[in-house]
Amino acid sequence: MTTMFPPSTASEPDGNGGAESGITAVLSEAVPTVEASASTSSRLDATDVTCWFGKRKVLERCTLSMEPGQVTALIGPSGCGKSTFLRALNRMHELVPSAAIAGEIALDGVDIYSEAMSPTEVRSRIGMVFQKPNPFPAMSIADNVLSGLSLSGISNPDPDALVEQCLRRAGLWAEVADRLNEGGMSLSGGQQQRLCIARALAVHPDVLLMDEPCSALDPISTRVIERTIRELCEEITIVIVTHNMQQAQRVSDNCAFFLVESLREPGRIVEAGPTEQIFSNPSDPRTYDYVTGQFG
Amino acid sequence: MTMLTERPKGTETEQGDPQNLADSSSEAVAEQVPFRPRVLVSRDRKELMLSLSAGLTGSAVMCLVFDWAHPLTYAIWALLIFLTASYLLARDSQSPVVAADRLVTTLVWTSGGIAVSALAWMLVYVAVQGFKGLRLEFLTSDLSKVGPLDDGGGALHAIIGTLEQMLIASVISIPIAILTAVYLHEIKGRLSGIVRFVIDAMSGLPSIVAGLFIYTIWVLRGNGPSGLAAGLALAILMIPTVTRMAEEMLKTIDDGLRESALALGAPQWRSVLQVVLPTARSGLITASILGVARAVGETAPVLLTAFGSSSVNLNPFVGPQSDLPLFIYQLLRQPNENQIARAWTGALVLVLLVLVLFVLARVIGERGARVRGGSR
Repeated sequence: MTTMFPPSTASEPDGNGGAESGITAVLSEAVPTVEASASTSSRLDATDVTCWFGKRKVLERCTLSMEPGQVTALIGPSGCGKSTFLRALNRMHELVPSAAIAGEIALDGVDIYSEAMSPTEVRSRIGMVFQKPNPFPAMSIADNVLSGLSLSGISNPDPDALVEQCLRRAGLWAEVADRLNEGGMSLSGGQQQRLCIARALAVHPDVLLMDEPCSALDPISTRVIERTIRELCEEITIVIVTHNMQQAQRVSDNCAFFLVESLREPGRIVEAGPTEQIFSNPSDPRTYDYVTGQFG
Repeated sequence: MTMLTERPKGTETEQGDPQNLADSSSEAVAEQVPFRPRVLVSRDRKELMLSLSAGLTGSAVMCLVFDWAHPLTYAIWALLIFLTASYLLARDSQSPVVAADRLVTTLVWTSGGIAVSALAWMLVYVAVQGFKGLRLEFLTSDLSKVGPLDDGGGALHAIIGTLEQMLIASVISIPIAILTAVYLHEIKGRLSGIVRFVIDAMSGLPSIVAGLFIYTIWVLRGNGPSGLAAGLALAILMIPTVTRMAEEMLKTIDDGLRESALALGAPQWRSVLQVVLPTARSGLITASILGVARAVGETAPVLLTAFGSSSVNLNPFVGPQSDLPLFIYQLLRQPNENQIARAWTGALVLVLLVLVLFVLARVIGERGARVRGGSR
């Protein structure tokens, strides 16, 4: 848990400042495909996103801007559609056979559900870390990190350097440097989750989605991952779903509060804004009740 | 009993002495009482012995009184008396719930025991019967120059036939079966319901029908009997078994792995090829082994497609061939002692061959797993 964040400084200048990322946004629009390796942070704008599973509407007219280089936390009680929203952001939602979606989600101005983007391209630009750590059991630690590349058929000229870089950024390098060829399942839960983060970073995503990444972990691993998130957000736009309100306060810049008003109602965004404001001075009484722990 | 009490006491005092000097006196007192695993005595054991002896003696008495001679009768009555006695004892000494629990436990143990002992009995019987004729000559010569009453000769032709036919059948059926399983469980295509139904129907197909099918469409149409024809018939039998097993194995793979692969931007075929199948590897090997096991003992389809032969035919594509089950079948029908003895030896060789193949497949699977996950 010491000294493992150096390389992030290398590409730091890209990520800061709204004006710069605006320019990169325009650039990446003009050249839509795999220039992603620069790891410039992108903005993600969801407009009127509505999701169904079969006939059941689980999410209605959610509009949210996820700012470049910032961490956006999605909070709310269980079953309010946070995870569905997150999965809609990189087209994982449509993997459920009966799922449907309306609205628009724009990555740097390009609608990810439009013909211009294929699901695989969307997912390689918008990475995801799941609730349950799930390294690929049939691969070694190093192969796990590189799996994103081999899975999308990209060859890397210097895999060793990439493995080291990604593991360092995920805060795992010091712990696994001497056993990169061991199986990924030999790690502890917290290490596995950081391996999954490293795996997601290796494809150089512009945005990283995290679905309760710490809910299966102990407090120490959680702290390491939170620190990793703060380090990463200088280069990557991060969206994180969390049940833990302290965590939302610790890691996020912006916050969106989801709520299901009553049974059979779809989930909606009650309030979104800077984290400080949501937690100290929310405009909606329901948000106030939730963040002060009066329900949920 | 004595072992249990003596050994820990000895180790305790050895370790305890140096500590005693340093530690307080209260610890020293505790040290004098030997700390050893408690011997747990339960009523169950006593009652088990009691009801067991009741069963054995009671059945013996009944056999004497009623003049039953068959050992199976004795065993069945012994079991019945044993079950009743243990149930009644437990009900009286403890409670009906305990008694029912014990009854079911005993039944489960008995069923397992019967299954295992039937297999063990059969294997031992085959080994004893077959061992007499198991000489090196049996593995290196065929029956082409052996007369009905001669000694010697062997099953080389049948062993070669079995190996070649199983190889052909595996090469054809295992890829098809695994791809079908991928279609059923990974792609979940629109036709998967129909495909699953057909696979189920195929798994109930009598093996002789598969043989007849190949006989009419292949052997009778100018191709003649061959090892290849037998391989085709056996492949038909293997496909449903391997498919269903492979599908079960794919079901055990966590969906999270597929999602992670897709979330990394992988197209589905790469996710299946690079993540799902390698993860399911040992399960798929098991599925293939079961398929081989299904086919390796088949006689009827081979009889109809390879016809059988008494000499070595190395070429599986032309001319009749034998295999071990067919070898056994044909020799057992002979009236001569030595022929029947050869058949038993053939059975033993078949069992050993299957064993070797299975161990080999397991070792290969394990080694692959160790290379991937092993430490340096």
